[in-house]
Amino acid sequence: MRIVGRCWVFGDNIDTDVILPTQYLLLPDVKSMSKHAFEPLRPNFSNEVKKGDIIVAGRNFGCGSSREQAPAVLKELGVAAIVAKSFARIFYRNAINLGLPVVECSTLYDEIGEGDIVEIDLENGKILNKRTGRIHEATKIPEFIMEIFRCGGLVEYMRRDS
Amino acid sequence: MPQTLVEKIFSRASGRDVKSGDFVFADIDLAMIHDITAPLAIKAFREIAGNEAKVWNADKVIMAFDHQVPADSVQAAENHKTLRNFTKEQGILNYDVRGGIAHQLMVENHVEPGMLIVGADSHTCMYGALGAFATGIGSTDMGCVLALGKLWFKVPESIRFNVNGRLEKHVYGKDIVLKLIGMVGADGANYKACIYAGEVVERLEMSDRMTMCNMAIEMGGKAGIVEPDKITLDYLKSVGREFKGDIKELRSDEGAEFQEVELDVTGMEPQVAVPHRVDNVVGVSEVEGTKVDQVFIGSCTNGRYEDLKIAAEILRGETVASNIRLIVIPASRREYQKALKDGLIDIFVEAGGLVEAPCCGPCMGGSFGLIASGEVSVSTSNRNFVGRQGSPEGKIYLVNPAVAAATAIYGEITDPGKIK
Repeated sequence: MRIVGRCWVFGDNIDTDVILPTQYLLLPDVKSMSKHAFEPLRPNFSNEVKKGDIIVAGRNFGCGSSREQAPAVLKELGVAAIVAKSFARIFYRNAINLGLPVVECSTLYDEIGEGDIVEIDLENGKILNKRTGRIHEATKIPEFIMEIFRCGGLVEYMRRDS
Repeated sequence: MPQTLVEKIFSRASGRDVKSGDFVFADIDLAMIHDITAPLAIKAFREIAGNEAKVWNADKVIMAFDHQVPADSVQAAENHKTLRNFTKEQGILNYDVRGGIAHQLMVENHVEPGMLIVGADSHTCMYGALGAFATGIGSTDMGCVLALGKLWFKVPESIRFNVNGRLEKHVYGKDIVLKLIGMVGADGANYKACIYAGEVVERLEMSDRMTMCNMAIEMGGKAGIVEPDKITLDYLKSVGREFKGDIKELRSDEGAEFQEVELDVTGMEPQVAVPHRVDNVVGVSEVEGTKVDQVFIGSCTNGRYEDLKIAAEILRGETVASNIRLIVIPASRREYQKALKDGLIDIFVEAGGLVEAPCCGPCMGGSFGLIASGEVSVSTSNRNFVGRQGSPEGKIYLVNPAVAAATAIYGEITDPGKIK
């Protein structure tokens, strides 16, 4: 799987309360929740993000609560992948289960600029920053998890297997 | 090969000898869902198993409403109604709005040493205080569990926090865990199990152990655990239950592999997590005098009888400062009744506090007891993230119940050791 997209840059320890504040968790559907993604940090994010865009962040992205609505709203807005130095455990798992590619890379964040275009090769764990021409090594995704991504999420994966 | 308690629990639950790093498909002993995360979990369950499907074992699923309690909007009421219907048709135990915080109900009534438990809430790690392995999962994972009773895991490595020395007056489990989070950072235990040990932990009451296990997630931990001992068994007896297994089998083997972290608490003052990160931890003396608008005593972290007693002893005969709104919320009906019988609730009301029925309260951040822009909350809960208790322009300081009570009296962050 190859993903090419424009980057949005976030910092370290971006928590799930910031990705989707609690008061929106019971809106009737993910689409209405998604209008409030990153509201405390970047109130216009949901209007400006485009399908296929990529989020690049520092350490511990998605820390905090177990709310699956956090990766769900990002997927709903068309975010194609998230690249971070590291992810908090529950968010990482939730994103995989929803079929939203999450990629650990220790170096991209240090040179990324807002709006850079990057190309991610998921199977081989490589990320090309088209602005600088530099290729970054990412943690390779185990085949088991790649298969979940290919299916589009855990529900589809389970359905296929049963 | 010597095993950690975590490896032992996963070996039992997956039916083969496993070590840290192994991928396993394990049987789940108990699954907890609540009013905020259940809707998506049920949706995933139906997508996987079908609209007419029954959960894998209705006796192992527990539901409680605690986040929007009592229903704070028509939307919440509709949600509760839908969930009530689900638990009724499935034959699942539902505490509804009556029991209190799901995590507290789980430790009081369901969790046993050695169990493997999942909950659709990040603070599920609290149950490890009873020597179980309990971890928070998302809704799709929970959908899988409801359908199959199994889930895939990577068996985590363990960090053992050896806490030694002597606790000073007004210093509790909350201060120890805040200190540890400050030491290792918000991702310092990411993917790992946090095992608390050492002479201080061995003497801690269950309430403090629960506080420490509850906050393991704030350093990224997959679980918080205290290996079960006599205090664990005594606690189970106190809530009318008896553990039939052998706790001697629920200890890490001599020579099992741990990453070790040492802490000597002698001389340590009460700790405070300052905005907006739980690992921004300082001693109370560094933030004394900070003006405060609201004090919240409660939550799954510090809403038990023992916590209320600590606060009440400081508030006895005192009056809450005129600039302060004091909100007190016991963690469960059981804890509430103990506090009532012991006269603690009277002390809070007499001092000018508002006592609410057991629920998550302001810690939920979208229900009631919120703070406005520019306001400061001092809270015994577990997270001080931007917007966690209302306005994103508010600030939250996390403290133990003694600091919270002293702060309520003086209207500014106050070291309880310096009162009078």
